[in-house]
Amino acid sequence: MDLGKILIDAGRAAVGVPAAVYALSAIGLNLQFGYTGLLNFGHVASMLVGAYGLAITVDQGGSMWLGIVVGLILAVLLGLLMGVPTLRLRADYLAIVTIAVGEILRLVVRSRFAAPLTNALSGIQGFADSFYDLNPIPVGQYGIGTFRFDERLTFVLLVGWGLVGLTTLLIRRLTRSPWGRVIRAIREDEDAARSLGKNVFAYKLQSLMVGSAIGGLAGIVLAIAQQNVGPDNYLPLLTFYAFTIVIVGGPGTLRGPIIGSVIFWFVFSFFDGFMTGAVTEGWFGDLLDATDIGPIRFALFGVVLMWLMTYRPQGIFGKREELLIADGR
Amino acid sequence: MAAERFSLEGVAAVPGVPKPDPVVVIDDLGRAFGGIQAVDVAHLEVQRGTITSLIGPNGAGKTTLFNVLTGFDRPQHGRWQLNGGPLVGIPAFRVARLGMVRTFQLTKSLARLTVLENLMVAAKDQVGESFWGSLFGNWRPIEAANEDKALASLERFGLRHMAGEYAGGLSGGQRKLLEMARALMVDPEVVMLDEPTAGVNPALTQSLLEHIKNLRRDGMTVVFIEHDMDVVQEISDWVICMSQGRLIAEGPPGEVARNPSVIDAYLGKHHGEIT
Repeated sequence: MDLGKILIDAGRAAVGVPAAVYALSAIGLNLQFGYTGLLNFGHVASMLVGAYGLAITVDQGGSMWLGIVVGLILAVLLGLLMGVPTLRLRADYLAIVTIAVGEILRLVVRSRFAAPLTNALSGIQGFADSFYDLNPIPVGQYGIGTFRFDERLTFVLLVGWGLVGLTTLLIRRLTRSPWGRVIRAIREDEDAARSLGKNVFAYKLQSLMVGSAIGGLAGIVLAIAQQNVGPDNYLPLLTFYAFTIVIVGGPGTLRGPIIGSVIFWFVFSFFDGFMTGAVTEGWFGDLLDATDIGPIRFALFGVVLMWLMTYRPQGIFGKREELLIADGR
Repeated sequence: MAAERFSLEGVAAVPGVPKPDPVVVIDDLGRAFGGIQAVDVAHLEVQRGTITSLIGPNGAGKTTLFNVLTGFDRPQHGRWQLNGGPLVGIPAFRVARLGMVRTFQLTKSLARLTVLENLMVAAKDQVGESFWGSLFGNWRPIEAANEDKALASLERFGLRHMAGEYAGGLSGGQRKLLEMARALMVDPEVVMLDEPTAGVNPALTQSLLEHIKNLRRDGMTVVFIEHDMDVVQEISDWVICMSQGRLIAEGPPGEVARNPSVIDAYLGKHHGEIT
């Protein structure tokens, strides 16, 4: 087993397209969950409508830019649609409704009656050519040693991480303003916020819509990178990856989602490489074979998560004293 | 204070009696939970610029009345108004903006905000609290002015040294002070305090009572729920007593304390009767 190669591959995964996409997605979720305290279990739905908004628009003859705008608007409308009936109710209802909305949307785009637009199970491909036509980077390999990406991937990575940086700046401006103070107050106690004259419903709705738009952006980047959208790319699991990332990084912190995503993908890829090596070298004899690697790395990540929750439950960047206070209530 | 009490001089100690200058007026208010009539008030007025205590045994409907008045609960029927403007169907946040601000029986400190932030978030008319305003508005000068106001208020309430601490780290009594200071940041006309002295040590209770008297001096109307009759006697201009959702007595503190139906409500009927 070549540990050096496994580490380099893990490093590639840590800065790769999925890491950028999940960082972006987690930034949106962090605004909703970390700052506002909203339990949105259907965050994947925002990614889905962003991606399908782009793919369908281009597929029907629109331009890519129009597609991106359509995807973002649909994501904002999704936030509105999920929020209006549920945000006046208790937090658990939002969780129930959102997880259902995510599954309903996936089943709708997958269904036969939607096939004229969505191609049902086959999905839509090849809608992002005009994105790659914009690539200003000359053909070649970029990076150091074996840590290299081709010009196409380099372009996607630059755009992806660039968007991560820009949205982080947006969230920073929002959360360090009086608006951000109100949403944190709502997270702590919405009746108190109400008694001080704050329109809690409107703030929650705004937070849900902005978070959903960022989730939609994540879906758009993923769709462009893969040149493919298909219903089963948007399983509820993606929402829980995003939650894992937010919690690992530290909810309600600016750097949390980014660092959380990098760590998530590094550890995940490391376990993947390590287990593959170990199984190939026959460490486990007949106990495990190659098909077991997929599930095992999830289990191992679960162990890491448990360890983290035991020794650093506030996440990597969360403040310990905040957690002690939250416990003491 | 004699001057304020004078404003209620000559007002008869009868439940539902009209006042010379009412700031809050309630008519035919009913709130039932299932078969239990929690609040059933035919008419009630609260005189502007006074400290009015709301007393009554547990379950008398005092907190429910507070909840209804401040928009946190909806009654089955009734009308109530602030400064002559109807409040029926107006949501809680708007009631607060109209000038009637409440505190809670179980203090609601915003635990993971600092003490200073707890006050800052309550300030009115901060353009940076709107979504677009936070991105493009010029909110920093307002913020600076609000911070001066908040720090002065913390100074007055003896919390200045805790300004940078998380509110969740305050003691129970300090949280009561914080909640009152926070409510005042809204610049209310009417302050509704739900058991401000519950669970507070005697020394801090005295300082809380001084703060409540200062609110009256600054022209605010205070309505507060209180169980300690000594406290009620000490600072109230007027006392309202509820029992089983109904208004059973109102009047100056001394008079209400001697009222037989109030004594009945607190101690049970037939007390001291030899059968």
